[in-house]
Amino acid sequence: MKVLRKFVDNIKPTFSKGGKLAFLHSTFDAFETFLFVPDHVNKKGVHVRDSIDLKRTMTVVIIALLPALLFGMYNTGYQFNLSTAGDMTFWGMFWYGFLKVLPLIIVSYVVGLGVEFAAAQIRGHEVNEGFLVTGMLIPLIMPVDVPLWILALSVIFAVVIGKEVFGGTGMNIWNPALISRAFVFFAYPSQISGDKIWISELSKGQGIADGFSGATPLANAAAGQFDSMPSFMDMFLGFIPGSIGETSTLAILIGAAILIFTGIASWKIMVSTFAGGLLTGLLLNAVAPGPDSYLAMPAINHIVMGGFAFGAVFMATDPVTGSQTEKGKWIYGFLIGMMAIIIRVFNPGYPEGMMLAILLLNTFAPFIDHFVVESNIKRRLRRAAVKN
Amino acid sequence: MSNKIFLRKGLNIPLKGSAASHIARSISPDIIAVKPSDFRGLNPKLLVKEGDAVKAGTPVMADKKRVDILICSPVSGTVKEVVRGEKRKLMEILIESDKKNEYQQFSVPNHRKDASAEEIKQVLLSSGLWAFIKQRPYGILADPDKEPKAIFISAFDSAPLAADLDFTMRNDFENMQVGIDVLSKLTPGGIHMSLHADNFAGSPMHRLERVKTHIFDGPHPAGNVGIQIHHISPINKGEIVWTIDLNSLAAIGKLFSKGIFDLKKVIAITGPRAKKPCYVETIPGMPVKDIAEFVELTPEKKSGELLPVRYISGNVLTGDNVGENGYLGVFHNQITLISEGSYKEMFGWALPLRAQKFSFSRSYFSWLMPSKKYSLDSNLNGGERAFVVTGVYEKVLPMDILPMYLLKAILAEDIDKMEQLGIYEVIEEDFALCEFVCPSKTEIQAIISQGINLMIKEMS
Repeated sequence: MKVLRKFVDNIKPTFSKGGKLAFLHSTFDAFETFLFVPDHVNKKGVHVRDSIDLKRTMTVVIIALLPALLFGMYNTGYQFNLSTAGDMTFWGMFWYGFLKVLPLIIVSYVVGLGVEFAAAQIRGHEVNEGFLVTGMLIPLIMPVDVPLWILALSVIFAVVIGKEVFGGTGMNIWNPALISRAFVFFAYPSQISGDKIWISELSKGQGIADGFSGATPLANAAAGQFDSMPSFMDMFLGFIPGSIGETSTLAILIGAAILIFTGIASWKIMVSTFAGGLLTGLLLNAVAPGPDSYLAMPAINHIVMGGFAFGAVFMATDPVTGSQTEKGKWIYGFLIGMMAIIIRVFNPGYPEGMMLAILLLNTFAPFIDHFVVESNIKRRLRRAAVKN
Repeated sequence: MSNKIFLRKGLNIPLKGSAASHIARSISPDIIAVKPSDFRGLNPKLLVKEGDAVKAGTPVMADKKRVDILICSPVSGTVKEVVRGEKRKLMEILIESDKKNEYQQFSVPNHRKDASAEEIKQVLLSSGLWAFIKQRPYGILADPDKEPKAIFISAFDSAPLAADLDFTMRNDFENMQVGIDVLSKLTPGGIHMSLHADNFAGSPMHRLERVKTHIFDGPHPAGNVGIQIHHISPINKGEIVWTIDLNSLAAIGKLFSKGIFDLKKVIAITGPRAKKPCYVETIPGMPVKDIAEFVELTPEKKSGELLPVRYISGNVLTGDNVGENGYLGVFHNQITLISEGSYKEMFGWALPLRAQKFSFSRSYFSWLMPSKKYSLDSNLNGGERAFVVTGVYEKVLPMDILPMYLLKAILAEDIDKMEQLGIYEVIEEDFALCEFVCPSKTEIQAIISQGINLMIKEMS
C-alpha cells in the first residue's frame, strides 16, 4: 500500500500544472481517486459527510447487474449448445458464453472510457463515474453476435451524442445505453435484425440442429406463433434467446432487490413500470377479438419476455434521465410500462417496445416533473390565499 | 392545549461524544470576541476604539442603516484589538475582560405587565438584545419598524450532539417566563414554543405560561425552528415572523428583571475528539483555547496516528470551523471536536466494510449496527460531481418543498421560481442534512446562502 502511495506521489508532479504531462491531468486524477479516496476535507457547510459517493453508488449498480451478466454468459453457451444439438457441460456452456461476452464488455469499456477521459481532458474536469454503469449496460442489451466494430461505433455515438454534447454525466436527456442500442437498431438493421442474431454463430448457419429457429418469444408472439413460444417458467428463468442480459427475469429481480434494498434506485419507478405493463396487458386481454390474437396473450408473459424487466429495473430507473420528483416517478414508470406493451402489440414492425418506450418517456420526464412542481407551487399560493 | 406533529423524514447522525449531564467547571475568559458575522443582516459600524473601557452592556457596534440596533460587549474590561480582514472588513472586536463583571444598568419598566410595546422595544434596542431576535424570511436582524405575525421558539435542539436544553436551561425558568411576557407584547400572533415528544412533560419549558405549545416527534431536523414554523403556520410571501433561542430569551428575562445585559450560559463540549464530553458555564465569544483541557490528543491505539483536531463552534452540520485560535459564536450552545479527515484511503469507496464510516444509504453495512456511534471526521468521502442521484434530499427534509428544484432555481438566479418554491421558508440549517447525505458532495448550504443573499439584494 505504502509503496503504491509513494509511487503515485512521485509521479504526481509530472501530471500537475507545469509538469511535462500536465495535459493528462484529468486522466491521472481519475486513476488516483480510483486507487485512493482523496484527502479533501469539507471547507464550508457541513463538517462531516455521508460515506456514500458516486463511485460507491455506481459500484452497487454493477453488483446488481452481476446476476444478469453471469446468467447471460451461461445462457449464451446454453443456447449455442441447443442450436447445435451439442452435449456441452454446465461449465462448458458458461465458459463458451464467457469467451463470447467478455470481448463485448472489454470493447464497451475501453472505447467508452477512452471517450470519457478525452472529454474530461478537453473540459479540464474530473472524470465522471457515470460510464462505469453504462459500459456494463451496453453489452447486456446487445445480441451476442453483434460485430465488435458496430459495438464500438455505438458506444462512441452513445457517449458523444448521448451524453457529452449535453455536458457530461448528470446533464444528458436520454439514457446513454439505450441511445447506443437505438443507434445499432436504426443504423445497422441488416446486420442486427431477424431471428438469427440472438444466438452465437447461428447466422453462419453451420451445424445447426434440424428445426431450430432461434426466434425470440417476442418474435414468436408478433408473428402469432403462440404454439412455438417457450413455457412461462423458461421465460422467467431465462432459457430463451434474447439480448445477453435481458433473458432471465429471475436474475434481474435479484438485481432489483439489491438496488431497492440499498436505496440506490427508485422502487417507485420499478413498481409503477411493472404495474403499467401488467395493467395494459390485462386491458388488452379484456378487449382481445379472439383467443388467437396477440391481445389475448396472458399479461404476465409480457413481463418475462424480451427486455421489459431489464428495462424497468436498470434503464427506467436512471436518475438523470428519469423523472426527478417523487410523484412524477409514479407517472413516469407507469407510462413506460404502458407504452412498451402498446408498441409491442400494435406495431408489427418492431417486436420489442421497451427501448422506445423508455426513450420516449425520458423525453417527457421533465414535462411530467413540470406538473408536479406546478402543483407544489399552487399549493403554496393557495395556502397564502386561505390565510388572507 | 398542545398538538402533536409527527415528522417521519430526517436523520439523527450517530456521532460519538455526546455530553454527560454535569457542568465540569465555570470558565471566565480573559478575552472575548464580538463577531459581526454572528448577526446576519448587520452592516457593522464600529463604536469603540482600542483602549476604550467598556462594561457588560456597553455598545461596541451599531448597524449602519438602522443606528438604533446595537451590539454590546458581554463583559467589562478594555477593547484590546479591532481585527479587520480584507478590504478593512470588520472581523471581530477583542475585549480584554477585567473579570469584575461590572454591568451597565438599564432602566426597565417597573410594571412589566403595563409596559407598552414601544417601551419594551426601546429597552431591547438600547441593551443590545434586539440583535438576538431573528426575523424570517432569511433569518436576519429583526426590523424594529415591523410587527411580526408571531414569534416561534424551539425548546429542543435535535442537531448532532446538541446540548440538552432541558439541562442547560433548568435554572433559567423565571428568566424565560419574563422574556415570554415581554415579547408577547410585540406580536398579535402570540408565542409558539415547540417541545420534543420524547420528554416534553419533564422539560422545564413545558411549565412556561402564556405560550402556545406544540409537540414535535421525529429525528433531526425536527428541532429546527424553520421546520417547526412550516408545520405550525408557514410563512407566505409578505409575512414576517420572529424566532429567538432559549438562551437569548433568558437574557431578555434577566434584562427586564435585573436591568443587566448578561449572556452567561451553559454550553456542551462534544464530539469524537472531546475528552470526557461534558458541559461548561461560559460567556459567548470565549476563546476555544479555554477548553484545551477537554481536547483528546492521545494518538489512536491501533494506528498510532494523530490527526489534527477541527474546532467547530456549533454542531457538525451548521457550525463554524473556527480553528484552535477561534472564538465561540454568540448563538452556539456547543463546541464539537472532530478529526480532520486529511488522509488518503486506498480503495475506500470499494471496501465492503469501513468500520468508522456511516452512511444513510444501505450501500455500506452501517445499517446492521443501528445503535453504533461513529467517530466521523471531516473527510469529504469522495469528489464533487454534478447532480446525479435524485430522491435522496427528500428523505431528510420534512417540508413540503422540492429541494432539487429550489436549488436549481437558486443556481439559475430565477427570483420568481425561488419565491414560488419556498425560499421564504428556509434557511441554511434546514438543508444541512441534504448536504450531509448528498452523494455528489454538493455544497448545498452555500447555495441556499447564495439564494437568500440574492433575495435580500433584489427585494430591498
